[in-house]
Amino acid sequence: MSILIDKNTKVICQGFTGSQGTFHSEQAIEYGTQMVGGVSPGKGGTVHLGLPVFNTVREAVETTGAQATVIYVPAPFCKDAIIEAADSGLELIICITEGIPTLDMLFAKEYVDRKGVRMIGPNCPGVITPGECKIGIMPGHIHMPGKVGIVSRSGTLTYEAVKQTTDHGFGQSTCVGIGGDPIPGSNFIDILRMFQDDPATEAIVMIGEIGGTAEEEAAAFIKDHVTKPVVSYIAGVTAPAGKRMGHAGAIISGGTGTADEKFAALEDAGVKTVRSLAEIGNALKEITGW
Amino acid sequence: MNLHEYQGKQLFKQYGLPVSEGYACDTPEEVAEAIGKIPGTMWVVKTQVHAGGRGKAGGVKLVKSAAEAKEFAAHWLGKNLVTFQTDEKGQPVSKILVESCTDIENELYLGAVVDRATRRIVFMASTEGGVEIETVAHETPEKILRAIIDPLVGAQPYQARELAFKLGLTGVQIGQFTKIFMGLAQLFVDKDLALIEINPLVITSEGNMHCLDAKLGIDGNALYRHKDLQAMRDPSQEDAREAEAAAWELNYVALDGNIGCMVNGAGLAMGTMDIVNLHGGSPANFLDVGGGATKERVAEAFKIILSDSNVKAVFVNIFGGIVRCDMIAEGIIGAVEEVGVKVPVVVRLEGNNAELGSKKLAESGLNIIAARSLTEGAERVVAAAGGAA
Repeated sequence: MSILIDKNTKVICQGFTGSQGTFHSEQAIEYGTQMVGGVSPGKGGTVHLGLPVFNTVREAVETTGAQATVIYVPAPFCKDAIIEAADSGLELIICITEGIPTLDMLFAKEYVDRKGVRMIGPNCPGVITPGECKIGIMPGHIHMPGKVGIVSRSGTLTYEAVKQTTDHGFGQSTCVGIGGDPIPGSNFIDILRMFQDDPATEAIVMIGEIGGTAEEEAAAFIKDHVTKPVVSYIAGVTAPAGKRMGHAGAIISGGTGTADEKFAALEDAGVKTVRSLAEIGNALKEITGW
Repeated sequence: MNLHEYQGKQLFKQYGLPVSEGYACDTPEEVAEAIGKIPGTMWVVKTQVHAGGRGKAGGVKLVKSAAEAKEFAAHWLGKNLVTFQTDEKGQPVSKILVESCTDIENELYLGAVVDRATRRIVFMASTEGGVEIETVAHETPEKILRAIIDPLVGAQPYQARELAFKLGLTGVQIGQFTKIFMGLAQLFVDKDLALIEINPLVITSEGNMHCLDAKLGIDGNALYRHKDLQAMRDPSQEDAREAEAAAWELNYVALDGNIGCMVNGAGLAMGTMDIVNLHGGSPANFLDVGGGATKERVAEAFKIILSDSNVKAVFVNIFGGIVRCDMIAEGIIGAVEEVGVKVPVVVRLEGNNAELGSKKLAESGLNIIAARSLTEGAERVVAAAGGAA
């Protein structure tokens, strides 16, 4: 078991023939992901990476039976790409692109919610169920099938946590990058709920960062609904207020969104927190007794 | 990106919001001329900087003559204004806004932001205008009224009326407030704003609503589709090194420590600062060099980091996911040679071909210390910078 995706998930790629779409689709195919085609308007009918290219998402879904899409199209066109995906009968949209205007996401997020479609990202590494299905830009080889569910706002911090859980021999059930934008398609709570219900996930690593209150909301959810052990790290203890730290969503504004507040809320919810990102694996070992 | 007050008011005017007659001036002579163009016996002159707290810092003045206005302009133009919102150097003043004077009966607050928790544009209004809204929110949260905008439906006039009645407005003020609210909502969406504030929104002695200040922040990710707003950018209000880094698509934020940090990924860049801090060091900057980490980008990143004379050592922390660490090592070696880096450089490489990368670094003959783990890297860079602060 796993969450969101597994070996049976059929995936298409929007922005398939672009450089990002090409490179990462190749990597996904090599990993064993069931890529079934791609969409590049105007290039329908051609073949790319041995897979059919379609002009529209609807056509791709009707022909291939795809359930999930990964979006690599440039930021100015993402709102359209997300809404097209939501209108075309897909169950899962994973958007990798960074730099989508906030108001575009405000609209797109509301739209996918009303359609009942699950969205992950944008500005994220994607989702991987090790050994089964890799959708996104994460390096497949650092992962190992296993029992830790990882959810994170940051790509490279996810890789650090993955590496540590692999080195300890725990492996991962599924890793979900929810992305560094202020308006994510899915938040911590959405993913925590799935991990709690997933029999393959025995412990959870949650990696947050400064900005917003998603970690505090997650802490309240964990307190009431999560019985599995949770280890958490929050990046940005040393970040100054009022400055955007790379990610659009990583900013302490009006005194809220500090790492200290988030650590406090998580500790209050019984979460094992670590102040050094190098200690995630050790903390898991400590609280699970593995 | 932020706008100046005068630019915000130009937009307000386009959207039919009531603002004072005013002129943004570059010289004391222009300021004196502007006074002649605006009827009345009293005027207000305001320094234009991207920071609040101008009034308390002496950057806003009521004047009774062109000579007095000219003197104010001569004093401030070319100088930096230091307010509680700026750093100790302050922000440079290159424009003065001259406006007609408004007789104030009452000061209110009206603003809007993208609220992350509700994923909505949320309007906030308060009878407590003219003071920091964060302070009001903290001390008397019940005095902040809210209207939540549905992204698929947009702002509705009834939402404005609800706020107006709760604010205690009466008569023509209800209609005037509604017009301001709807104008702001349209402006917010049309121009991809991240934040808008009218503080204070005043009731004049004649009983009319009037926008006395304008604070606007724009979503940087949406600037590509707003040529008019791009032209309003004022680089003099931005940190020079941050702007230089942005030109190379590097995310850089200056801090006040002595350990330069170069990292791939924003989250890991913060995590690296934190681990340096945890081991007793003090980070000099945040820098996300991005996924590529090519020789050219690494070289530019070194130049930017080393332009800060406080930097005593540099910590390069790269998680090579898909890119190979030995290629990154070559990039780092090339960049260190090209830039002529004099301070010790500690490098931690993880991921693909990490060992080969570390070997290359160790054999380079340069002042590069290859660390085998994140913790070891942090310890070594803190030691290299002269030990724990």
